[in-house]
Parts: sequence; C-alpha cells; structure tokens
Amino acid sequence: MSARPTTLTAYRWELRKLAAQKRTYIGVGAAALLPTLFVIVMAFQKGGPYDVPLGHNLRHTGIALALVVLTFASRFGAQLVTALVAGDIVATEDAGGTLKMILTRSLRRSQVLAGKTLASFTYVLALLLALLAAGLIAGGIAWGFNPVVDLTGRTLSSGRSIGLAFAAVGVFAVPLVSIASFGIFLSVVTRNSAAAIVGTLVYELFMEAVVGLVHVQWLHHYLLSAQFDAWHGLFQTPVYWPPIERAAWVSALFALVPLALAFWFFNRRDVAGD
Amino acid sequence: MLPVQARGLVKAYGRIRAVDHVDLTVDAGDIYGFLGPNGAGKTTAMRMMLGLLRPDGGEVRLFGRDPQHELPAALDGVAGFVETPHFYPYLTGRKNLELLAAFDGGGAATRVARVLETVGLQGRAGDRVGGYSQGMRQRLGLAASLLRDPKLLVLDEPTNGLDPGGIRDMRDLIRDLAAQGMTIFLSSHLLQEVEELCTRVSVIREGRIVYEGTLAELHASRAPRYRLRTNDQSAARVVLAADEAVHDLADEDGELVFAADEAAVLALTRRLVECGLGIAALVPETATLEHLFFELTEGTEHPHRLEPVA
Repeated sequence: MSARPTTLTAYRWELRKLAAQKRTYIGVGAAALLPTLFVIVMAFQKGGPYDVPLGHNLRHTGIALALVVLTFASRFGAQLVTALVAGDIVATEDAGGTLKMILTRSLRRSQVLAGKTLASFTYVLALLLALLAAGLIAGGIAWGFNPVVDLTGRTLSSGRSIGLAFAAVGVFAVPLVSIASFGIFLSVVTRNSAAAIVGTLVYELFMEAVVGLVHVQWLHHYLLSAQFDAWHGLFQTPVYWPPIERAAWVSALFALVPLALAFWFFNRRDVAGD
Repeated sequence: MLPVQARGLVKAYGRIRAVDHVDLTVDAGDIYGFLGPNGAGKTTAMRMMLGLLRPDGGEVRLFGRDPQHELPAALDGVAGFVETPHFYPYLTGRKNLELLAAFDGGGAATRVARVLETVGLQGRAGDRVGGYSQGMRQRLGLAASLLRDPKLLVLDEPTNGLDPGGIRDMRDLIRDLAAQGMTIFLSSHLLQEVEELCTRVSVIREGRIVYEGTLAELHASRAPRYRLRTNDQSAARVVLAADEAVHDLADEDGELVFAADEAAVLALTRRLVECGLGIAALVPETATLEHLFFELTEGTEHPHRLEPVA
C-alpha cells in the first residue's frame, strides 16, 4: 500500500469526528454562554467583580468582559472542560472497540495518538476562542468597545485591547494544554474515561491544595495553577514578560512528561476487550 | 512467503495461559478454519496476529513480517477484524469507511463505493452506524477489510449476528474472494460453516493446538467405527472384547459400537459366524466433523485421538 497516511490525516479525522458529535457543540455553546450570562446577571445588579484583574473596566467597556470571565473560569471551569475532552479521547475508543479497528490500518500508533493529542489541544483552544468571541459580542453590545484601562492604570486603545485579549487567551491556553496532556496520559493508561477525567481534576486540585497548604512562595511559581495568571503581564505597560516566559517553560515541562509517558505506553500496550 | 506462520505463540494472563505454544501455518489460497470452543484462545491468538496484543513468547509472521516489530508495514496486504467490528456510531457507514480508507492511505479511498456495493450496503451507507443492526455492522466490517485490497483476510466469526440469508450471502462472498486468490483465515465455532468453506483447519483447545491439517486428513485420522447388531449381543460382546484389533467398544441403544480397521472387521464377521451368531446389521459409521470436534476439544475416551502438534 503506497502513500502512507500521516499524523495530519489522523488529526483531520479527529477534528471531523469532534465536529460530528453533539457534545462538542454543547461544550462550545456552554463556553459561549458564560459571558452572556455574566452580562445578564450584571444588568440586574449594581455591583460587580471589580476587584479581579481588569474588573474595574466592567460597565465601561465590553472588551474586558471575556478576560474577567476567564479569571473565574481559571478557578475550575476551564480545567473541568479540558479534563472532559482529554480524559475521554483515547479511553472512549477503548471502551467503544474502535481503537482496535484504527490500530489495524496503516497508521503508526504514535501517529494515531499524535492526531488525538493535537485535536484535543485544538478543541481546548476553540473553547477559549468561543468564550472570547461571545464575550466581545455580549460585552460590546452591553457596554461598547471603549478603551481598556490596564493593570498599571494606562489606557489602551480599543484595537490594541482586542489584540491583547486574543493574545491573553493564547497565554491562558498554554497551562491548559498541560492539563490536557495529563488527561491524555490518564486516558491512555486507565482505558477508562471516568477514571481519566476524575484523575485529571484531582491532579489540578492537588496543585491548588499545595498552593493553599504549603507556604513556600517560590514553589507556587512553578506549579501549573500559577501559570493561569500569566496573561496579566500582557495588560501592564510596558508588557511584563517574566510570568509569560515562566508559564511557557513550566507548562512545557508539565506537558512533555505526561505526553512522553503516554506515547511510550500507547506504543507498547495491549489492545484487548470490547 | 507464507501468509501466516506462527511458532510457539504464548500469551498468559497471570497464571492462565490463554495461548500456549501455538503453531499455525496458513498457505496462500487457503480458506483456513480456526476452530475451538469459546474461551479456547482463538481471539487472543488472532489479536496477536494483527499486532493488537504482545505475545509473551514465540512469534507470528504475516508474509514474513513480524507485526510486533514491523507495524504498520507488517499489515500491508492484510485486513480483518477480531470480535464484532466496531465503528463510530455518530458517523454514517460511508464516513466510517472514508475514515478508515484515509488511515489506509494508497488508493483505499477510491474503493469505498465498490466495497459498499460488494457487501450490499450501498442503500444504507448514508445512515449513521448507531442505527445499524448487528448483521449490517458485520457486513460493514467486511467492507472495511476489503478497502485494504488484502491478500490475507482475517475474520473472527464472520457470520455472527447474520440472518440465514445474510449467512448464505457472507459464505458466498468468502468463497468468491477465495476464488479471486485471497487467502482467508476465519475463526468459527460453527462446524457446518467450516465444513462448507474451509480447505484446512486447526483446532484449539485450552490454548493449545490439538489438530492442524485438512478436513479429509482429520476424517481419515480416525479409525473407522461400526455398529453391530446380532441375535445374541452378550456373546458378540465377548467375541469383540477378545479381539485386540477392536477399540472403543461400547453399548449404545442396544447395539455394539466399536472402532476397527476394515481387515479386522472382515475377520471378525467370520469369527462371529463360527461362534454361531447371526449378524442382523453391521453398519460403518461416518464420523461427522462435530463428532471429531468434540473428541478433540472435550473427550478423552478415544485412544485414536490425535496427539497435540504443539
């Protein structure tokens, strides 16, 4: 059989499979609904979460809305959705019996897993972009696209603020990809969606618990939970890069170790049972 | 290069050896039946053949390549399924095949319409697999295998879940594919199916191969059996029991049943008459595959049972 398929083939079909499932849209819809609900709740009350980063911009400009929602999402919601996707991506095929079907074709096991890994990262990014897009639309309709006052008190133009909002989502996605990597690792090893999802959440909660219980400040900087705030550096004048750089390499370490283990295990494991 | 050659294949789960030093040899053009009761180790052996399980010992080669170390190249020219074929229920039959064709590469994508027609699913190809019956999934499984244009087709209980018409069509299709030069390796517990289709068989029992060869050899390997009715069965029994050439003597439904070769039976008839006995019936009994299968997989009562080849 000539013209071997590639990782890109696996990735494209993983995306098509996601696109064919209702729950994919439920996830994206839920992400898009969050900022809308936020605006509706604020319309019915006087106060607001003005003390969170960029919260002081609420009611003045819609551009900051998605980023404020992101701050709340970073406390648990984003990790939950990520765990749901990544924990399921291999285990569901084990349980459904389709894994043995695709592993007897002409793709290497590592290519199959790479396609699944890239697809779950793409889905995480799609969720964040849906949240941002819905936040810009709902916030824009409610409060307009006025300039944003950043964390150092400087006023940023509307165009620059929107650009920075997209960049912030990108920075926020980096530690989330690490969470997804751990979920994929558990999905491969446990062969059980529920165990992989719960395990991923426990992993995240464990890091939160370390932050809460172990009062060693330098350690906190090197845990994944701290990296979810790295995007704050973008909304400082001048941009404060150190937390963003740290988020990049700390997250890379937290992603590469479980991914390496997942690939090693997936290449060697037995595929048995329906 | 032989389509399948397994030597000393072992797979253990804890203390239990699901597959215990299995040797298999499938020649090009064979329709090879892999027979055994449930739990005998058929599916485990087939999973190792397709590279889904890692053997604890021995090796299997497909056209000379080892699926443990040379995947996916070792599966070039090989296709099939173990247990029930599974598909993505939220995709249509056609989309499932397109996905698998993409994973096959080469010209597989151009064969989707043809294989759907071959298995008679073209009318339902646009429906989601979630709504397919077991028989339709089985046919889609065969279509998915044919996408790879295989030289060796590995099928695990291919007529499972099919209605009588579907079973007939599937068997006709397997015969057609074999006539086109494809080598077929099929596991089954349906003896009639194996007798109808297969040129060679192996029988597995508790993880070990207890027979491998042609069906004709299997039938011939067993000493001929006869049923005898005389005017004095007690006296006849004494005569038969005294004859060293007579084996497996038993009483069944008022008749004496025994195994002996033809020359011994001729001598025996003379001796019975010399003893003053009248022979009412002496009927050779043809062993069915079912009978042989039970002897190989369950019974120990017949001393002519074949010795394990492994």
